[in-house]
Amino acid sequence: MRYLTDRKRAEGKGAAHTGTEHHWYMTVSSVGLAFLVPTFLIVFGSALGGTREEVLATFARPFPAILTALTLLVGMMHFKNGAKMMIEDYWQGTLRKALIMLVVGLSWTIIATGLYALAKIAL
Amino acid sequence: MAETKPVERPLSPHIQIYRPQLTSITSILTRITGNALIVAVILVVWWLLSAAVSDASFATANAVMTSWFGDLVMTLSLLGIWYHYLAGLRHLYFDAGHGLEIETAEKLGIACLVGSVVLTVITILIV
Repeated sequence: MRYLTDRKRAEGKGAAHTGTEHHWYMTVSSVGLAFLVPTFLIVFGSALGGTREEVLATFARPFPAILTALTLLVGMMHFKNGAKMMIEDYWQGTLRKALIMLVVGLSWTIIATGLYALAKIAL
Repeated sequence: MAETKPVERPLSPHIQIYRPQLTSITSILTRITGNALIVAVILVVWWLLSAAVSDASFATANAVMTSWFGDLVMTLSLLGIWYHYLAGLRHLYFDAGHGLEIETAEKLGIACLVGSVVLTVITILIV
């Protein structure tokens, strides 16, 4: 006679060892990005190809600066979780752990770099 | 019910003998485009940082971004981002419990493939 419930024994046995919060995070961030990305494409696309003065003037304005910061932050967290999911599907053991750490580190480095650039331009 | 008995299960899908289908191809393309976009993100953040730092560094980053190589990466990434965008919307629709019949799913797959090209052309024309 096992005293553990079926649910208790099933928990944490998935590839990611966690529950549904990952999927829910991807759902929430994807809806956020559905609004952010097209707007960002217009702002960025218009700025690309300009002189340095034009680029600085664009990202010094509140709307492009806040939009870019949001797109960067939400986009990179969406990437971090998506890439983690891919790694969990294709790799195992220590390599899997190392690759996930690499992706987490890369994501936060890109966020920090982008926010530093935006702060330097906008403030 | 959930007693853990080791069972010899077939591993699925056997990628070598698995017939490519529109639904499986559009699914894996979502993953490929989403993860490949990291290249564009790194380039754009580098370009933004260089603009923030100095004239010399901006000259370098801007030269790369506006070269034929930069144009190629940006155009492919634009196609990738629109594909991932439409496939993501399709996922939200699937998650809500709709469109899972094979004919509908395949129509949505074609819509993603064609739509991403259309949206890429529109974006290039507008921006």
